[in-house]
Amino acid sequence: MSTRHGAVVFVVITALVVGLASSATPADPIKVAYIDPLSGPFAATGENGLNQFKYAADAINKSGGVLGRQLELVPLDNKVSPQESLIQLKKVIGDGIPFVFQGNSSGVAHAISDAVQKHNERNAGNRVLYLNYSAVDPALTNEKCHFWHFRFDAHADMKMAALTDVIATNKSIKKMYIIGQDYSFGKAVADAAVSMLGKKRPDIQIVGNELHPIGKVKDFSPYVQKIVASGADAVITGNWGADMIALAKAANDGGLKVPFYTYYAASDGVTAAIGAAGIDRIRLVHESHPGNPNAPKAFSDYITGYRKLHPQNDINQPRIQTALNMLAQAIKRAGTTDVDKVAAALEGAEFTNLSGDQLVMRRDDHQLQMPIYISVHTNKNIKHDLDASGFGLSLENKIERDKATQPTTCKMQRPT
Amino acid sequence: MFQLILFSILNGLVYGMLLFMLSSGLTLIFGMMGVLNFAHASFYMLGAYIAFTLGLRLGFWPALLIAPIVVGLLGALVERHGLRRVHRFGHIAELIFTFGVAIVIEEIVQLVWGRPAKSYQVPAVLDFPLFRAFGSSFPAYKAFMLVISVAIFAFIFVILTRTRAGLIIQASLTHSQMVAMLGHNVPRVFMVVFGIGSALAAVAGVIAGPVLGTFPGMAQVLGSIVFVVVVIGGLGSLTGAFVASLLIGIVQTFAVAMDVSVGGTLAAVGVHVTGGGVLHDLWKVTIAQVAPILPYVLLVLTLILRPTGLFGTRET
Amino acid sequence: MSSPAATRSLALPGVARAVRARRLGPWLTAAVVLLILPQLVRTGTALAVMNQMGIAVIFALSFNMLLGQGGMLSFGHAVYFGIGGFIAAHLLNLAGRGTLWLPVPLLPLVGGLGGLAFAVLFGSFSTRRAGTVFSMISLGVAELMAASSLIFDRFFGGEEGITTNRSKAPLLLGLEFTRDRQVYYLIAFWLFVAALAMYAFSRTPVGRMANAVRDNPERAEFVGYSQHRVRLASFCAAGFFAGIAGGLFAINYEILTAENMGLNASGVVLLMAYIGGIGYFVGPIIGAVIFTFLQSMLSDYTGMWLFYLGILFLITVLFVPMGLAGILMLHAPAWRSRRLGRLVVPYFVTGTLGLLAVVGGIGLLELLHFVAVSEAAGATKRLFWVAVAPRTLTPWLGFAALAVAGALGVRWTAPRAAAAFAEASN
Repeated sequence: MSTRHGAVVFVVITALVVGLASSATPADPIKVAYIDPLSGPFAATGENGLNQFKYAADAINKSGGVLGRQLELVPLDNKVSPQESLIQLKKVIGDGIPFVFQGNSSGVAHAISDAVQKHNERNAGNRVLYLNYSAVDPALTNEKCHFWHFRFDAHADMKMAALTDVIATNKSIKKMYIIGQDYSFGKAVADAAVSMLGKKRPDIQIVGNELHPIGKVKDFSPYVQKIVASGADAVITGNWGADMIALAKAANDGGLKVPFYTYYAASDGVTAAIGAAGIDRIRLVHESHPGNPNAPKAFSDYITGYRKLHPQNDINQPRIQTALNMLAQAIKRAGTTDVDKVAAALEGAEFTNLSGDQLVMRRDDHQLQMPIYISVHTNKNIKHDLDASGFGLSLENKIERDKATQPTTCKMQRPT
Repeated sequence: MFQLILFSILNGLVYGMLLFMLSSGLTLIFGMMGVLNFAHASFYMLGAYIAFTLGLRLGFWPALLIAPIVVGLLGALVERHGLRRVHRFGHIAELIFTFGVAIVIEEIVQLVWGRPAKSYQVPAVLDFPLFRAFGSSFPAYKAFMLVISVAIFAFIFVILTRTRAGLIIQASLTHSQMVAMLGHNVPRVFMVVFGIGSALAAVAGVIAGPVLGTFPGMAQVLGSIVFVVVVIGGLGSLTGAFVASLLIGIVQTFAVAMDVSVGGTLAAVGVHVTGGGVLHDLWKVTIAQVAPILPYVLLVLTLILRPTGLFGTRET
Repeated sequence: MSSPAATRSLALPGVARAVRARRLGPWLTAAVVLLILPQLVRTGTALAVMNQMGIAVIFALSFNMLLGQGGMLSFGHAVYFGIGGFIAAHLLNLAGRGTLWLPVPLLPLVGGLGGLAFAVLFGSFSTRRAGTVFSMISLGVAELMAASSLIFDRFFGGEEGITTNRSKAPLLLGLEFTRDRQVYYLIAFWLFVAALAMYAFSRTPVGRMANAVRDNPERAEFVGYSQHRVRLASFCAAGFFAGIAGGLFAINYEILTAENMGLNASGVVLLMAYIGGIGYFVGPIIGAVIFTFLQSMLSDYTGMWLFYLGILFLITVLFVPMGLAGILMLHAPAWRSRRLGRLVVPYFVTGTLGLLAVVGGIGLLELLHFVAVSEAAGATKRLFWVAVAPRTLTPWLGFAALAVAGALGVRWTAPRAAAAFAEASN
């Protein structure tokens, strides 16, 4: 090939490269990582969560984005494994993404929170902010708290306090069975149940306190038989995902008809699995209006809009919309995506969520303060059902924000 | 108390017979070819998924018939084109090959059906409680599972002992070269046995899918337990597989029901252990929490004390 | 390497120097490469991947002591890796609290000793028999340990695992390990030392007898060695080095969970070693590097990376049991006679056509995956940096054409490449 040919080729290639590189790129998006299960026994929870994040992010982007930039979600699969999550976190840090959302499970949350704190202490230059939207082990805002962790869901003790208040009023319960997953959250639920019931209803006898391996038990029939054999009048469980679906199925098959007081016995397949057998029997403690009866209009519209996009899924974690919007507001208030400044803006921030509740991010421990709702599984007056099953949640009790608050042992250390 | 015992026995039997359906194929294949098929549980998984998909179009009963045939043919293909080629490199190479097949099948399942679990439902005609006793009920579908497993065991038994083909298979188990010299196509016999073994695993998958869940990890979960059963029962022995399956099934189901701590149980037998120390965690944990590891403890003990298993006659 | 002719000619000083250079050459080159690597690749992600590779190489080499050199297929080798890691993590926590003087650079040694202890414990009965029984026992031990993690909460940390902090330990010679780069140099150091030690082990009488016991255990007994003791020695040494890798893992990731001991981890190291080639010392090194590289790179682009690696593994088992190292070694005669240059053009041609076929195949599989799994109707997907619409016919035809064209091309040009190879190797 002659020199002249070579020169022509060189010029053409350079022109192409320069042309491609300088093709108008829109303003840098603000990247937000989402590290949750997208495979395995809890994939349904993670995927539905991701869709809810996308829905909330789209709403923010349509109304102008944040500081003129669009929000971009980067989903990563943590496989509910602390190991895997840390590998994903390293990727996130390597790619320069400053904000990480995670919620399932508390085991993973501990690993991420710990790793984020270590990384931030060692690398003041590229810090990461950890936004915990669903991992409710109380330890994360007590002894394990730190400046770069914020929690947007009421933790297990807040919820158990509300749940035990409701149980205490039910005088027909004399024997209680507790069953949960064998990890930090399951243990926290069991401990809180035992201590709070002991104070509010010392006459209730705890006839069973069972921990089973998380995500591994497929047939809960032996456990259901144990519950029946113990003569329990009611069951408390924090089970979620595939474990809750399997427990509900086994309870139906085994003819177990006692009331269940749960944290996550709705949506992502659970409501469909419970079906008619659970009417007026399965109760749930959660953090926003259940949608029935008479949800506030803003919330009702939000749910309907989501259903049009995802006919089989539900808005079962409205705190996702809360968390993303509070982050957006904090970035706007700080005027930058610098993590320390955003965190400072997020501390003490106030927000009105779709249910019309006034929430505040407590400075002491970065735990969002909110009212707690208790609902029951039913098919009466259900405008917004779950799992497209015709069954849904109906509101029974609401505990106001100042009654729902719990003390903290956190000694927050702020960066100078 | 009676309720717990009765239902634990029933649930244990159902689980044990399911294990038997899986382990019978595996032990036959091992007995004939000396290869421990890592991909056996993967055929179980394929059976469940194919039955699920076919069931959506054709219904549960046609799927119950077609899915095992499809998987059996697939198994025969794997044997013909894969295992036979690797056979001359030795047993280790065969083990490694079946290990690779297991990985690839699991990934193919995720490729075609995706990662989340499939909601494979019990057929409506069987979805009712069969009987109620002592305040708890027993689902009809589980009784159906029991019936099918027993029927299959009887079927295999009759075929192996009363038909000519069965006699040839039995002979190939111990004297394959002599059988070949008598004019039978022994490689084809191997392929047929492999195919039937895979089909059996698939039947187990079809009926267990609704109960134990249909998800990409189902092969791993059951695969280890099936190996335990086969080794404890004795490699190559069908009776051994039967006894060991029921043993493991019932032990595991009963263990969940027992809330006594390990330390307490040992104390009841006269062995007193003091709290504290390195093994402190082991003494205070309940039998129910220890239930998952019991099969593996039995496995390791068997391999150390009696490597041929309960009824087996050969080790490798 | 040590034939009688070579021994005689060692008497001449020039030849002795040349042989020593040939033996030390690869090691010196390796040391230099390890030292300058971080200067060549500077991004944070690349450094993290290199750390991962270093740990994987040590682990794979220790696994090959069992499989390649000893003929023992273990499905539970990750147990010793994990135990070494857990012990290292616990002791690092103690060191952080001031209870123990243990600086970070010495931690892998502690992990190694932990792995060794458990290898002695489990090896005593595992190594009595070889073959399938050994593999089954290793499987049982692996499952046993994984299940025990739920029971021994305080040691294994339950579901959350054990976390540790490498910045809190006492310093040795003022060396800090707060940055990934510093950890890299530590891993590189231990990698070099461990690889050297494992190579030396394979050259000792025990290491050589391990080869003998692998090939013909009965004959080895007649020569006077107990097959059980020889296997046990290999097993313990392998456990020691696996523990070293575990200790480095604890330092690098600062978290250990029961998964690190499980069947998945053991399966991965088998894949790595086998793809690399278990018959050669460098095989596991090549396998670990390539596997880790593909795992980190591919998992960003496709969820099916394990499928591709599984297929690669099956192809290796069925058609190329000698592994990548074996393929490289096949070209040794061509290199020695300096006729390697002749292979460049035919290999390039066949290789490119093969690559096209592979691209076509991957494209079809990714399209299938997308169509089978996603719910959105008219969505597009980015494949090979091009946006395609999987529900239209064009991408399918395009990739199918690529695959077919590539496959036909390979079929057409392969004989020429084979002939070139045969000629060059003479």
